[in-house]
Amino acid sequence: MSEMFYWQALNRAMDAEMAADETVLTLGEDVGLYGGTYRVTEGLMAKYGEWRVRDTPISENSFTGLGVGAAMLGLRPVVEIMTINFALFAMDAIVNMAAKIPFMSGGQFPMPLTIRMPGGVAKQLGAQHSQRLEHMLMNVPGLRMVVPATPQDAYWQLRQAIRSDDPVIVLEHELLYFSKGRVDEMVPAPPIHQAVVRRRGRDITCVAYSRMLPLALQAAETLAAEGIELTVIDLRSLSPIDWNTCIAAVEQTHRCLIVEEDCRFAGAGAEFAATLQEHCFYLLDAPIRRLAGMDIPTPFNGTLEAASIPRADDIVQAARQMMARKEAAR
Amino acid sequence: MRFCRKKAMDKTQMAAMLRDMLRARAFEEAAAQAYAQGHIAGFLHLYPGEEAVAVGVLHAAEPGDYVVSTYREHVHALVRGIPARQIMAELHGKKTGISGGMGGSMHLFDKDRRFLGGYAIVGETFPIALGAGYAVAYRKLPEAVLCFFGDGAVNQGTFHESLNMAALWKLPIFFICENNHYQIGTEIHRHSAITEVYKRACAYGIPAEKADGMNVIAVHEAAERALERIRAGEGPQFLELETYRYRGHSMADSGSYRPNAELNAYQANDPIAAAVHEAEYPYPGIEAVAAASANSVTRFADHCCQEGHLDDATVERMRREVQEEVADAVTFAEQSAAPDMEDAWKAFHRNRRFETLMEVAR
Repeated sequence: MSEMFYWQALNRAMDAEMAADETVLTLGEDVGLYGGTYRVTEGLMAKYGEWRVRDTPISENSFTGLGVGAAMLGLRPVVEIMTINFALFAMDAIVNMAAKIPFMSGGQFPMPLTIRMPGGVAKQLGAQHSQRLEHMLMNVPGLRMVVPATPQDAYWQLRQAIRSDDPVIVLEHELLYFSKGRVDEMVPAPPIHQAVVRRRGRDITCVAYSRMLPLALQAAETLAAEGIELTVIDLRSLSPIDWNTCIAAVEQTHRCLIVEEDCRFAGAGAEFAATLQEHCFYLLDAPIRRLAGMDIPTPFNGTLEAASIPRADDIVQAARQMMARKEAAR
Repeated sequence: MRFCRKKAMDKTQMAAMLRDMLRARAFEEAAAQAYAQGHIAGFLHLYPGEEAVAVGVLHAAEPGDYVVSTYREHVHALVRGIPARQIMAELHGKKTGISGGMGGSMHLFDKDRRFLGGYAIVGETFPIALGAGYAVAYRKLPEAVLCFFGDGAVNQGTFHESLNMAALWKLPIFFICENNHYQIGTEIHRHSAITEVYKRACAYGIPAEKADGMNVIAVHEAAERALERIRAGEGPQFLELETYRYRGHSMADSGSYRPNAELNAYQANDPIAAAVHEAEYPYPGIEAVAAASANSVTRFADHCCQEGHLDDATVERMRREVQEEVADAVTFAEQSAAPDMEDAWKAFHRNRRFETLMEVAR
């Protein structure tokens, strides 16, 4: 067990899988000599050589498609797309190819492909570099997507993704790469798609993922001081979603607050809310509430940028309002 | 003499290619008929006119090579060795189809025969072949990857991206352009600034050649040359084959935008008729020899000596046999069971070996 950055955990996971299995390779822009934009592939080229750690030209569609073709021949490629914004160029490879081939071939071709990329709003990178596009990929049957929020999960889930015979998107977050946490490489991992309750409380179930998780936990601390107790669920996976863990929590709290960085309209949280109300309607004391990114391209100005997505204080406010209504209803 | 070649092709191979061309034509005509009768639905893109391309190229390939094809791929699959029954059943959407009825006409896949699929999005065969070529090179194997595409596909970004990477890493990929001069209804002079497609390969330093795609032997020879270079470690090769489709883009397209004179000209240059003509070519009479120049007489004589000849009866027998094979495939397809939803889920979940996914409690 050791304390490390999120990027280091990913780096350790890559190294472990590459050492264990010769069919594992990684490719992408600047993953080799440069060591990866966020240092995730640092040191790997020196250790494994250029055929296993391949610097590519700026050709997202074709190098992601290369991963698909190589996976069809039994390799286990890990494609790094520098950010999810560039993955829009690779949507054909991801949606039309990786997600379809195993099925269209009648199950003949497994697709042991992992696509790693960061998404989310970082620090004033402008509208083209600050997108949350998870909802697009959630809506594609055949793809699976994990959203690790901690270094430990980054380590586990990347290793599990590489071992999966289905295509898995590992959606990282630009602001999480330099977050620190404990990583135990020896502890067996929970199932890749299982949600985890990070904190238990009686009043509200807060469903979060990726960078919204630390914010939700921070808000829960503040609220606990006021006597409002949050259960905080870290979804860990957006496709599939571990509904059972969510439902079980809502059964206890009867209130549910969804916190997402994704834009509100038709965003990831819309799916959470819809499915949870189908299953929990009679358990709920209040409508499910969503805190989400504003439906606006991300402004460059730092203050506006910060205001365009949920902050810890927004979560605190929302929870207070939900509890105030509870008091009023009494 | 139309067919001119440096080395002799043996009688068996000539006959095998002719048979495959006849099979291809018969198969596609039967598919068209089944479509017209309402037994096949969806898109159906047929190959008549282009047979020399698939047959000439695939007869030059080894069983260990990989094939990546487009949505006009029935014939590639057939020549590659996928049984006509399984292809026809897939066209009919049946459980016995090569893709279990989950793919359809445009998505034939056969892992055993290294047929990496038919792709319905123009330009997708490049990255798939790129990945397959990368995997072959990664393992240092002597296999090649055959990548088919049409003239319309060369204006997609993936063409340029993939050719660049293939050349950069010297991958064993054989790029084969089936230039039928039309991207659906837009003729090549209206969709490409450079209409001699093979010249584009030069931008990436990939050796490229152009051959007559209506001439199966010319295709075969060019393909053999390219594959030899690939196996010698010379990296990707490019072959443009000028050909023509006699039908519209798909069954939903009459092809009426094409001038009759053009269609007639290509039909007069029918690759099957040419192959039959070639296979059956009788020893020239005195008059024919006299009418030919010295040079062509020599070539003629070489050809007649070096090749065994087929006769009319043999070709007729071939025609009958392929008709029977195709008729059997149609019956098989019609009589096969349809897949059910459970089969669909089974195909979808087949590769989840390591984990069970979260099911919602009901």
